[in-house]
Amino acid sequence: MANNNNHAAAHAHAGNHGHDGHHDLESLRLMGFWIFLITDCILFGTLFATFAVLRENTAAGPTGSEMFEMAGIIAETFILLTSSFTSGLALLSMNRGDKKGLIGWLAVTAALGACFIGLELNEFVHLVHEGVTISTSAYWSAFYTLVSTHGIHVTIGLFWMIAIMIQLGRHGITPVTRRKVNVIGLYWHFLDVVWIFVFTVVYMLEVM
Amino acid sequence: MWQNIKDFAADFFVTGDPLIYGADVAIVLTMAAIVFVLTYFKKWKWLWTEWLTTVDHKRIGIMYVIAALLMLFRGGVDALLMRTQLAFPNNEFLSPEHYNEIFTTHGVIMILFMAMPLMFGLFNLVVPLQIGARDVAFPFLNALSFWLFFWGAMLFNISFVIGGSPNSGWLAYPPLSGTMFNPGVGQDFYIWGIQISGIGSLMTGINFIVTILKMRAPGMKLMKMPMFTWSVLGSSLAIILAFPILTVTIALLFVDRYFGAHFFTLDGGGNPMMYINLIWMWGHPEVYIVILPAFGIYSEVVATFSRKKLFGYKSMVFAIMAISVVSFITWAHHFFTMGSGGDVNAFFAISTMIIAIPTGVKVFNWIFTMYKGKVSFETPMLWTVLGFIPCFVVGGMTGVMLSVAPADFQFHNSYFLIAHFHQTLIGGVVFGYIAGLIYWWPKVFGFKLNERLGKWSFWFWNIGFYVCFMPQYVVGLMGMTRRLSTYGWDTGWWELNFVSTIGAFLMGAGFLLQVWQILHSIKFMERDTTGDPWNGRTLEWSIPSPAPVYNFARIPHVEEMDDWWEQKKRRENGVAPKPLPPLEPIHMPKNSGIPFIKSFCWFVAGFGLVFDWLWMAIPGFIGVAVCMLAHSFNYDTDYYIPVEEIERTEAAARGAV
Repeated sequence: MANNNNHAAAHAHAGNHGHDGHHDLESLRLMGFWIFLITDCILFGTLFATFAVLRENTAAGPTGSEMFEMAGIIAETFILLTSSFTSGLALLSMNRGDKKGLIGWLAVTAALGACFIGLELNEFVHLVHEGVTISTSAYWSAFYTLVSTHGIHVTIGLFWMIAIMIQLGRHGITPVTRRKVNVIGLYWHFLDVVWIFVFTVVYMLEVM
Repeated sequence: MWQNIKDFAADFFVTGDPLIYGADVAIVLTMAAIVFVLTYFKKWKWLWTEWLTTVDHKRIGIMYVIAALLMLFRGGVDALLMRTQLAFPNNEFLSPEHYNEIFTTHGVIMILFMAMPLMFGLFNLVVPLQIGARDVAFPFLNALSFWLFFWGAMLFNISFVIGGSPNSGWLAYPPLSGTMFNPGVGQDFYIWGIQISGIGSLMTGINFIVTILKMRAPGMKLMKMPMFTWSVLGSSLAIILAFPILTVTIALLFVDRYFGAHFFTLDGGGNPMMYINLIWMWGHPEVYIVILPAFGIYSEVVATFSRKKLFGYKSMVFAIMAISVVSFITWAHHFFTMGSGGDVNAFFAISTMIIAIPTGVKVFNWIFTMYKGKVSFETPMLWTVLGFIPCFVVGGMTGVMLSVAPADFQFHNSYFLIAHFHQTLIGGVVFGYIAGLIYWWPKVFGFKLNERLGKWSFWFWNIGFYVCFMPQYVVGLMGMTRRLSTYGWDTGWWELNFVSTIGAFLMGAGFLLQVWQILHSIKFMERDTTGDPWNGRTLEWSIPSPAPVYNFARIPHVEEMDDWWEQKKRRENGVAPKPLPPLEPIHMPKNSGIPFIKSFCWFVAGFGLVFDWLWMAIPGFIGVAVCMLAHSFNYDTDYYIPVEEIERTEAAARGAV
């Protein structure tokens, strides 16, 4: 137990200290995450490029505009955008030192994220029922891969967010948990931005 | 029941070739020997606490180097098998199928499982010491990168005896690598071996960018950084921009193979040429990723052994950055023959030629560094000046020849190309990493390598290189294409191929001499007590060898470029060194078993997906997720080294002086 206290002290130390030798670990980690996001940008960029190349390659099969049902997709979009807003509110609560508000807004964000995933799965199930699968044509291969890569990112984010909420409950707002909330916030906003591109490139350009 | 097991084993294990059976026996004996030695000397606990769970960049670096040298051995054996097959016309030493597998594994292993880990090993061994840091920015992630590479390499290598090796070339072009033409598991081993280790490479790139940008000793401005560190920065930037493309490309190939998608298939609207574009959008930057650190090593070596500041520091930095940027817009020169049209080919031809300019700048800088320097020719310098510079100049010139798009229609996929890229990759990358390994060896292990054996091995390698590859340029112009498993007497290619095979074996002898050099040096070389055996210039030489676990007892304050050299000069001139500040407790990361276990779970998941065994893949992925959560919930990740312990360690290290 005494050991644990020591470490808590050590962390507070590592979090605030900037003088030489003892680098500010939490700011290093935040920067590392920004660079990770660059790599994730390239990952999605490659998938978008692939989708763009294969857009016309439906092999005389069904096209997107024939299959998409925009109502669900627009609902998804608004739910995800709202969740970005609530994750921002979570950050504001954290900056006020309001642990309850922070966990609460994170919970709202996660719930909205889960709704998004539910709707997306519903869309996929619906499409598969209509006979459009990943092996229907190159167009649909690219569609499923791009959209579900975003979906998998969101799902990972959900579990991650729950893990952070539990840690906040245990440790409260410390330099370490503060960094973790900042990182998941960045991640969540990033996924929102990616979704805007998915919505535009995959759905809007197709049905307009 | 028995029959079922026999049928399964006949499919599961690779059978039918005496070479494979020999390898099976060798693998089982080696594993048994390792287990026996560890048990007999009661070393299991030592292995776990000191190595498998370590987060110390120096130990991780050593493990990278050992793994890379083992892979160099395997890739080298592959090369010698191919050269033996090609030594005579109509040779039946290897069947065409076996030959396909061997050129595939040779390429993949040499680039991804030899050059990359050797490079990461040098990053780890040198960069934190050069910039006056106590570790990398993310030590846990660093260990994870290593173990991902390790288990990825294992997954790739077991395809040799289990299931069958991949056989569609090192970049696995579809449709050949698709299920239509390649239904076996070899290609899946390729996908998961590369995917798992590729994630590790990506994280190493992130790690070193943050380390270099954020953890330099106070006073070390970017433009005062040692050149090797600059080259690591350039290489890491290229890694983070290029490796995600590899991840996606290989993932799409997997989706094609596993879920029956149509990205790269011939039917369903797929586009195989898109794969070739994507893979080279990673593949071309990749070759610059591995060469840039070699350039950095040459810069350090030339300056040290000329006892002179590096000539044209700023132009060198500019050249590194220019190369890492331009390398992203040259990819299509790998397939001028694809038919993209004159304008596209012209663009990529010109961008390729442009790369020769910064590279040329660097070559002149190295030469001018030697001009009026007190040049001495220890082995690292031999590899640099007599090995690398002439070899790379010729390799670069043939590269410019290949970049001329219309001419490339003749050279494309001929032995001329083979000779060119081996000349840049061996003469550039391998020679550089060997020079770096010999140069920093005393820093890592506390003793130099034997110079005489080193010189012998250098000459075997160097002469062997020219004997092996110069004939290949000629035989390529005579029309011999790559990946040809045999040829007839009437082609007139025999003599040149035979000479080339002799050269390959000379290089093999050079490698054996290096192994001997290392073993001999471990036994006989004296300990270096100075910490600075080469009269070095940069901070890594200011601390004892091997470096203590915390590297620097006091973080140095840097004033100038080549700060250690300047300090030594000031001391010679009788300027008293500044009084040292008092020691402080040092904050260090704790060891962790999670990187090893998590990477092993990736291995299990990958193996399950290769054989389409979801009962194995799903627990593997669950293991990965559990490890991630376990790490996230662990808040007990660091400790402090007390001042008394630092004093003891320093006294022991300096006591020998």
